[in-house]
Amino acid sequence: MAEIDRDKLLDIYTRTMKVNRTDEKFRELLMQGKVAVMYYCVRGQELVSAAAMAALEQDDYVVCTYRGQGEQTAKGIPIEKWWGECLGKATGTCKGKGGTMHITDPATGIMVTTGVVGSGIPIANGLGIASQNNGDGRVTLVSFGDGAANIGGFHEAMNMAQLYKLPVIFLCQNNRYGEHTAYADHTDSPDISSRAAGYGMKSLKVDGNNVNEVYPAMVEAVEYARSGKGPVLVEAMCYRMMGHFFGSDFSYMPEEHLAEMTAEDPLPKLRKVMLERQFTEEELDKIVADINAEIDVAVQHALDAPLPDTDEIYKDVLEETA
Amino acid sequence: MAEITMTQALNLAIDEAMAEDDGVFCLGEDVAAKQGGGVFKITSGLTEKYGENRIRATPISETAIIGAAIGAALAGQRPIAEIMLMNFVGVCMDQIVNHAAKLRFMSGGQTPCPIVIRTTTGVGVGFGGQHSDMLEAWFAHVAGIHVVTPSNAADARGLMRSAIDANDPVIFIENILCYGLSSKDPGPDYRVPLGKAAVAKQGTDISIITYGRTVLDALEVAGELEKEGISVEVVDLRTIAPYDEETVLASVRKTGRAITLHEAVRPFGAGAEIAANIQEKCWDSLKGPVGRIGGTFSAVPFASHLEQAWIPNKSEIVEQIKASVGKA
Repeated sequence: MAEIDRDKLLDIYTRTMKVNRTDEKFRELLMQGKVAVMYYCVRGQELVSAAAMAALEQDDYVVCTYRGQGEQTAKGIPIEKWWGECLGKATGTCKGKGGTMHITDPATGIMVTTGVVGSGIPIANGLGIASQNNGDGRVTLVSFGDGAANIGGFHEAMNMAQLYKLPVIFLCQNNRYGEHTAYADHTDSPDISSRAAGYGMKSLKVDGNNVNEVYPAMVEAVEYARSGKGPVLVEAMCYRMMGHFFGSDFSYMPEEHLAEMTAEDPLPKLRKVMLERQFTEEELDKIVADINAEIDVAVQHALDAPLPDTDEIYKDVLEETA
Repeated sequence: MAEITMTQALNLAIDEAMAEDDGVFCLGEDVAAKQGGGVFKITSGLTEKYGENRIRATPISETAIIGAAIGAALAGQRPIAEIMLMNFVGVCMDQIVNHAAKLRFMSGGQTPCPIVIRTTTGVGVGFGGQHSDMLEAWFAHVAGIHVVTPSNAADARGLMRSAIDANDPVIFIENILCYGLSSKDPGPDYRVPLGKAAVAKQGTDISIITYGRTVLDALEVAGELEKEGISVEVVDLRTIAPYDEETVLASVRKTGRAITLHEAVRPFGAGAEIAANIQEKCWDSLKGPVGRIGGTFSAVPFASHLEQAWIPNKSEIVEQIKASVGKA
């Protein structure tokens, strides 16, 4: 596999840091008590999301989960609207009616964010069917964790996607925990990607902490799906470096696991690659500083934004109430 | 005008909608030509016209079927998903209740979900406990879904077109025992608006509020009681949720008495909600309590005589009407 193009690498770095700074900011606000909402941290998984979104086109579809901040911000959702939604404000993507677990922004391809583990996987197939029926050339990427691979809908959807050769990429971010349960305690097979063979599906298993592995794999999967050959299951090995949701206890993670994930942290590794590719510390710091400034503005905007009208509870139920 | 059966009516409605809009497509178990056009032949002949991408035979995977319908709807298509028998909704409720019904609301109106979920059921065919239930109340209890059931072929044609036109999910319940019923063909482009009941028979003494197959029972009973001087009005809801409150309340204000009637089990059924609403809003017009008739609160049994004992029968309806109007 050829070296990642330098501009693309910078793009991936920028997206990765956008995800990371958003995550850090969210945790800071929660810690300060300025915000009190459910938030599912993405620390440790920033690179997988960024590399996946960097491999897609702007109008490709994405289906993600409650831990979907990475896909959402890396895909390019307008961040003022994103923060507005997370803070339950009228200015949010969903007028404050969806919240952190249901971010939706069709304009940037964020079609569904589900709060039910694994439920987005069958829905991704439908987006793929639409593209197959109308020939729009889009691909759909659905992101989920290792825990979701054990829900029935995963199996139904994988089989159906392969049967119809749908342009869908199933991205399993194997972060080694399904909620509080370690991988080995919920699955006996060595990995998720090997299941693809059971459906006749192509699969790729990669180190999600290594940009030189995860991005080329995503490109390969996207090209394969877009060419009409069918779906691909990509398993990106990574770590969830926090609890299941913000503030939740993660003392159940053994010491060795914590040491292992610290050693594998994708951010220092990516920074190292960037420096090796002749980006300077100053350049990289400037990118992060710009992202921080942009986030600060968006957060302030969201904090100052009006609450949704209480009438909203009656609206958007059916078309008649839109 | 020619007569058509409900089976033909549904087939024609789907055919017309598919011819008009490339975004309309069907998916479900056994629906394509290779499988015979569906177990009840509703999609018969359509694969030949529209191809296998638009009449998609699926694996036996209800969650994947509804999920696929939802995703396609989000991308602007108008899927008609078939869940072969209504009890099988039990294996795809998450997709219907947490996703199809809620995506419009949770996205602040950005992602409406225009899907039709066709499903079949009915007591009286000997299918037993897992193939016969009327589960409309499960869906009527969830905001964001239309629940529809036709009692005759003409309504089936018009309701199906309206269901496909609708920009929200529609659960379309077909009663197996009604497939063979004939009506005068209302012709192409016929629509029965969602949310509009029909007064199937005018009357002055009591209103029977019902839908689906039990409309036939109500009409038959009404005809018999007419001879005994009891004038029964029969309201066919057609759309169970959200239902046509105006027509129901107007009927009860006129007659002063009401009984709700459905095949589904009586406790916590759609009839209970309607009865409560009538009592709240028509109290001053009511001459007595609103009655409720429904299936027995147990699983639908297999043996024919048990099945007939289970289901609301005509003598039960007659007795309740007579008790209500004071002619018992």
